[in-house]
Amino acid sequence: MVGDAREMTALARYRSLGRRRAALVAALAVAAVAALLLDILTGPASLPLADTVAALLGQEVPRGTQVIVWQVRLPVAVMALLVGAALALAGAEMQTVLENPLAEPFTLGVSSAAALGAALAIVLGVTVPFLPPAWGVSANAFLLALAALALLQMLGRLRGGGPEMLILFGIALNFTAAALLSLLQFVASADALQQLVFWTMGSLAASRWEGVALIAMILAACIPFAIRAAWRLTALRMGEEQARSFGVDTRALRRWALVRVSLLAAGAVSMVGVIGFVGLAGPHIARMLVGEDHRFFLPASLLTGAVVLSLASTASKLVVPGVLLPIGLVTSLIGLPIFFALILGGRTR
Amino acid sequence: MILSVQGITVRYGKRLVLDALSLPDLGPGLTVLAGPNAAGKSTLLRAIANLAAHSGRVMLDGVDLGRQPPAKRAATLGFMPQALPSGSSLIVLESVIAALRASGEAPRADEAALAVLERLGIEALAFRRLDQLSGGQRQMVGLAQALVRGPQVLLLDEPTSALDLAYQTRLLTELRRQADEGRIVIAVLHDLSLAAQWADRIAVIADGRLHSTGTPAEVLTREMLASVYRVDARVETCGRGRTVILVDAEYRGG
Repeated sequence: MVGDAREMTALARYRSLGRRRAALVAALAVAAVAALLLDILTGPASLPLADTVAALLGQEVPRGTQVIVWQVRLPVAVMALLVGAALALAGAEMQTVLENPLAEPFTLGVSSAAALGAALAIVLGVTVPFLPPAWGVSANAFLLALAALALLQMLGRLRGGGPEMLILFGIALNFTAAALLSLLQFVASADALQQLVFWTMGSLAASRWEGVALIAMILAACIPFAIRAAWRLTALRMGEEQARSFGVDTRALRRWALVRVSLLAAGAVSMVGVIGFVGLAGPHIARMLVGEDHRFFLPASLLTGAVVLSLASTASKLVVPGVLLPIGLVTSLIGLPIFFALILGGRTR
Repeated sequence: MILSVQGITVRYGKRLVLDALSLPDLGPGLTVLAGPNAAGKSTLLRAIANLAAHSGRVMLDGVDLGRQPPAKRAATLGFMPQALPSGSSLIVLESVIAALRASGEAPRADEAALAVLERLGIEALAFRRLDQLSGGQRQMVGLAQALVRGPQVLLLDEPTSALDLAYQTRLLTELRRQADEGRIVIAVLHDLSLAAQWADRIAVIADGRLHSTGTPAEVLTREMLASVYRVDARVETCGRGRTVILVDAEYRGG
C-alpha cells in the first residue's frame, strides 16, 4: 500500500512535469505570435499602429498601407518565423541523430553548398532550365544543398553510416564547397561579387509569398514525421546500441531524419541565404527549457528558432535606423552574446 | 522455453573473435559467461542480442531471432550494456519509459517504468538526470531499461562492474528471481566466486571458443583455472557450502 501511494505521487509528479513542459511549449507559441506581430509593426515607413492592425484584419485602409503591410512586411515577417522554425527543427534532429550537440545544418556543409549553388547562378548564370529567372538563385541553392546532404548520406553508408563518419564527411564537404565558392568569387565581376556577398550574409528582404508557401509546405510535410519519431529519437539519446536493443531500427531512423533535415535546411537557405546560429541555438535553448524528451524538445526547438529569428528580423530594422541590416549578421552579432550568457548562466546555476 | 545458440562467428576486421561458437541448448535459469579478457564473452552476448554483425543462428523455441523485426525481437530480448552513455540529460524515469515506448505504443508505460524502478529499489532516482548519476547508479538504470519490457531472455554485459556490494546483491537477487520465474538469464561475470554462488550454469569462453560448460561445481576446477586463466588457485568450500576461489600465484606450469 505504501508502495502504491509512493508510486502515485511519483506518477503525479511525472504528469505535472509533462504539463509544465507542455505549458512552456504553449508559451513559446504565444511568444512566436507576439514576435511576429512586433516584426510586422516595425519598419522604415512609420505606419500608424491602428492602420497596420486594420490592414491585417482586412479592413479599409489607404492603398499604400495595404501594400506595405501585405506585400512587404507580412511576407518578410512570416518568412523569418518559418525559416527560424525550419532551421531549429533541422538542428534539433541533427544533434540527436549525429549524437553531437555541435551539429547543425551548416556544420555539415549545407550552407556552403547552397552558397555555391547561388554563386553558380549569380556569377556564371548557370541555372535550372524552364524556371522563371527570379527563381534561379534559390533553385540552385536548394538543389545543391539537397545534393550535399544526399552525397553525405551515400558516403556515410559506405562506412556503415555511423555519426562520426557522417560528421567527418560533412566537414570535408563544407571545405570543398567553400573552396569552390572562393574560386567563383575569384573570377566574378564586381557586380556579381557584391550580389553574392550580400546573399551569403542572409537576407529576408527579397521574401515573397511563393517562397513563404514553399517553406510552409516543407514544414507541414516534415513536422508530423518528426513528432512520430519522437520516442525513437529520445531512445537514441541513450546511444546507438541501447536504442537498437529497445527495438529501434536506428539506421532507418537516422536516414529519414537526415532526409527531413535536408529538406528543411535546403528550403530555408535557398530562400534567405546563409543564417547560422539559429540551428545551433534553438535546440540548446529548448533543451534548457524542456529537457530531452523529444515530444517536447522538437516543438520547443522549432518554436524557439521561430522566436529567435523573428526577433532578429525586428532588430535588423531597428539597430541602425533607416538601414535594413542583413539578418545573418544580426543573429550572429546580437544572438551570440545572449546565447553565451544563457549557457554560462545555466552552468553556474 | 529453449534458447539455442549455434555456430556464431564474429570478425572485427580480419580478427576472428568468435569461431563458430555453439552453446548447449539453454533452458530457464541463470547462465554465467566466464573467461579471460578479450575471450569474446561480450561479443557473444551482443551477437545473441543481434547488436554485433555475425553469422550463425540464435533460435528461441525454434524461432530465428535474427530474422525477427527489431521491435518484435526487443519484446523477447532484454539487453543491459556495461555502461550507459553519460552525456544525456534525460531523467531516469523518462529514459525507462522510452525503453518501453521506442518500439511502439505501450499502454500504462509510465506505471510499468515506475514499478520496475521500485522493484530495483532505485525509485529515489526517478527524477534525477542521467548525466548527474554515478556509474553504478547508471548501471542500475540500464538494468531497469532491460527489464521494463518483461523480456523472456535477459542478456547482461558485466552487470556488476560498477556496483557496490548492496547494489550488487540487489541486482543478483533480481536476476535470480527472473531465472526462478522461468526466464533465460545470461550474464557475463568476471567474479567466479559470485558466479559459483548465484549461477545455475557456467560457460567458459576462451579464445573465441567454448572451453567448458556445466554446473559451477563441474566447471570451476583447479585445472580449468590453470589452463584458461593461467593462475594457480584453490577452489574451496566454506560455510553453508559456498564455493570460493583463492588465487595463490600466477600459473607457472606447462
